[in-house]
Amino acid sequence: MKHEHVALREPPAAPTRSVGERTPLVDGIDKVSGRARYTADLPASGALVGRIGRSQVAHGVIRGIDTRAALALPGVRAVITGEDFAAPYGVIPIAQNEWPLARDKVRYRGEPLFAVAAVDAATAEAALAAVVVDIEELPALFTTEAARAPGAPLLHDNKPGNIERQVEQDFGDVDAGFAAADLVLEREYDCAEISHGQIELNSTLALWEPEREWLTVQSVTQVPYYLHLTLAQTLDLDSARIRVIKPFVGGGFGHRVEPLNFEMVAAALARAAGGLVRLELTREEAFITHRARPATRSRIKIGMTKSGEITALEAEVVQRGGAYAGYGLVTILYAGALLHALYRLGAVRYRGFRVYANLPPCGAMRGHGAVNVRFAVESLLDEMAERLGLDPFALRRANLIGPLPHRTLNDLQVNSYGLPQCLDAVEKASDWHARRGRLPAAPGVRRGLGMACSHYVSGSAKPVHWSGEPHAVIHLKLDFDGGITILTGASDIGQGSNTLLTQVVAEVLLLPMSRIRVVATDSALTPKDNGSYSSRVSFMVGNAALRAAENLKRVLVDAAARRLGVTADEIEWAGESCGVVGTDRMLDFAQCVQAALAETGTLMIKGTWSTPPETQGGKFRGAAVGSTAGFSYGAVVVQVAVDEDTGQVTVEQLWVAHDCGRAINPLAVEGQVQGAVWMGMGQALSEQTQHHEGLPVRANLLDYRMPSIVESPPIHVSLIESMDPLGPFGAKEASEGGLHAVPPAIAAAIHDALGLRLAQTPFTPDQVLDALHARRREDKLAAARRARQAAPGAGATTTASTEA
Amino acid sequence: MSKRLLTLNVNHRVHEVAAAEQALLLEVLRETLALTGTKQGCDGGECGACTVLVDGQPRLACITLAASVEGKAIETIEGLSRNGRLSALQQSFHEHLGTQCGFCTPGMVMSAEALLRHEPQPSEAQIRQALAGNLCRCTGYVKIIESVQAVCGGQA
Repeated sequence: MKHEHVALREPPAAPTRSVGERTPLVDGIDKVSGRARYTADLPASGALVGRIGRSQVAHGVIRGIDTRAALALPGVRAVITGEDFAAPYGVIPIAQNEWPLARDKVRYRGEPLFAVAAVDAATAEAALAAVVVDIEELPALFTTEAARAPGAPLLHDNKPGNIERQVEQDFGDVDAGFAAADLVLEREYDCAEISHGQIELNSTLALWEPEREWLTVQSVTQVPYYLHLTLAQTLDLDSARIRVIKPFVGGGFGHRVEPLNFEMVAAALARAAGGLVRLELTREEAFITHRARPATRSRIKIGMTKSGEITALEAEVVQRGGAYAGYGLVTILYAGALLHALYRLGAVRYRGFRVYANLPPCGAMRGHGAVNVRFAVESLLDEMAERLGLDPFALRRANLIGPLPHRTLNDLQVNSYGLPQCLDAVEKASDWHARRGRLPAAPGVRRGLGMACSHYVSGSAKPVHWSGEPHAVIHLKLDFDGGITILTGASDIGQGSNTLLTQVVAEVLLLPMSRIRVVATDSALTPKDNGSYSSRVSFMVGNAALRAAENLKRVLVDAAARRLGVTADEIEWAGESCGVVGTDRMLDFAQCVQAALAETGTLMIKGTWSTPPETQGGKFRGAAVGSTAGFSYGAVVVQVAVDEDTGQVTVEQLWVAHDCGRAINPLAVEGQVQGAVWMGMGQALSEQTQHHEGLPVRANLLDYRMPSIVESPPIHVSLIESMDPLGPFGAKEASEGGLHAVPPAIAAAIHDALGLRLAQTPFTPDQVLDALHARRREDKLAAARRARQAAPGAGATTTASTEA
Repeated sequence: MSKRLLTLNVNHRVHEVAAAEQALLLEVLRETLALTGTKQGCDGGECGACTVLVDGQPRLACITLAASVEGKAIETIEGLSRNGRLSALQQSFHEHLGTQCGFCTPGMVMSAEALLRHEPQPSEAQIRQALAGNLCRCTGYVKIIESVQAVCGGQA
């Protein structure tokens, strides 16, 4: 041994802790300085301009698309149609019924039909106008009722009744449950279709190198590997010839979890033109690309004992899925699966119908599948609590899950459950008992408090595409410079996953985060990741990063032990230094790295993680959907003010408690929870898409009303740390689970303020005023009836009941 | 399309650019001057992501003709940091997580910058009013307000 007594050059820095620290984003400086490059910001000198030509009819047979005049225009380099693709696509392997550009039929207004690449925007638009399309129009179906009507034309020949997926699930003895109940109520709830509204427009930059037939695509995706596979499939390319890179992404919320038509169109244009094509979509096209939360009708029936225990729950959910499959079958399965795992339920019957219609395809959106049905269930629970004279908190507490681990009726596993603490936290923070029913009213303004609960998965326990690979893979590169590079395929879409992974690795190694960089989402460099959906990244990729860091630490400790001539268990690791226990013999980090790299060179250390089998759900058809290694829990209280003259509902305060398992980055968790509940508020109060004969009429950010800063309340967040046994450092998801509770909490608060139960989102001023007017009419009629009855000689009367 | 030479003062530097009469300030900033910090998030005047300062006032670059701001002082997000230091607002948005995906951030920071130059100690209501034209889909605005307040002493 050359260095018997190794001396430190200077005293080592103390070990650094990172987990649990409020940590600004590792890429925050790029964002606030304007340096962050999103797809549309990438330099692309000489790129051709792509444009998409879209269908002007909602349903029709394509007779022909004549591109000759467009191709003849000077400056036009490519015009493509559906015939330029080799295969259809779809995010679910068994439901691939969509072409990047329509073939044979069009099924919604705005569906991509053809595309052009030209030397500039003006030429591209002239080319679009020069394409001649011949479509034989068919009757179009815009509602689920029309689509399900006997004799309705079929959107897809293999889907009778225009039913994309029908789900029938029965758990426990539902009829016995209702028979044992003291109160059974049944109600119907409607939710309008909404949209993701991420601020970044859709954009793809595609480079085709004709000399070697390589394709490089940079795009706004949340799931780069699946875009990669879909490009290979639709373009009939060897996937080894494709490189997919995700630059900075300006929000996802589910819009970008499916490969999207424009991404494949950009790639096909680049190939057809033999070069570089930039395809940027407008805001209107973002709304038409859609893939968001479907219009949903939920009929809910609940049976309950006098003390509030739920004996049986029956739900029938009908989703208007739009023209193609997309994520649809998963969405309708989620709506049923996540009836479970929030409360203990006696028995559950679920009927789900995913219905095709001639409208832009729906897909996954924050809180996937579970938001609208949760609105329905929580609203009915609030009404039943009132009927039974129970406080809404007491009713929830009568149905808590336990002991853990808990197996639900539908075979989901609950390993940690912070709902009781969430309830305590918002009850106290909102001063519920002292303030409910006692909020100050002003002339024409009434106030109310309402509450609701929700939950969500921390990643789907079975990936959408089962390949037998681990759920998450992380590579750590350590080289001569003493810097650690995290190589990850996980998509940071603003939720802060790059920051979280850095914290996890730093924590294990007790190193400052400044030693660690992240290189993410470049298929040529980074390991495959299943993508940023279903809130899987913190839990799954965090676990892989934890294991990778532990593996790296082991290598470093072994090297230090060799260098110091001791065994590994004699080494005490302190981040920037390590030493032999009980001695002053130490190495600093640089010396450790030198020892570890000796003879082997650059280190590339891997960590992987997979969900344990017991968390992967049951054996029945569709059982994988809803299964997760860790459920998050949330409870929400809102305070509303309702203007009785205008019908305007204002959320004045919002309290949310979220069980995130462990807050690895409390600053970011708060931000995620605030963003999630705020998005739920937007759905509840003002957001809805709207179509006239299939034409989107709110396809801009003025008519599609997301709350502005003026309409957005203070949001008070309590973080509940239930320390999940499987999550990295105990962590679970934080960005979705709080959302679901907000629409029903607002509905409950409106009821507290006005005594009216609204069963349709959004709660627009029109709806509130209509309900107030209807009640006034009802009150007048009732008064008139009473007057008639009181009058002498009144005959037999019939009393109309307002109860359903 | 005929072009003419425009003299634009952007971030305290004078640029001569050839631009069409109807060229938008946003196009000139992003495409000609490669100042891609200014974002486009809508089809015109809806989202505020393209907010820049013109003579200290917030303006939507996506509905401003480049030719109309000749001779005026144009400032973009890239002009706020000086000598390797972020501006106080940029630093605060970073530290207080006023940015998540970051796409609305440049416009949001520029609108807040205009407010603070005019009113260094704004009330919360004034902050909300000044940022009313800037949409954010990530934050629920809570930490954006906190980021602005932190710069002016944290008072509400």
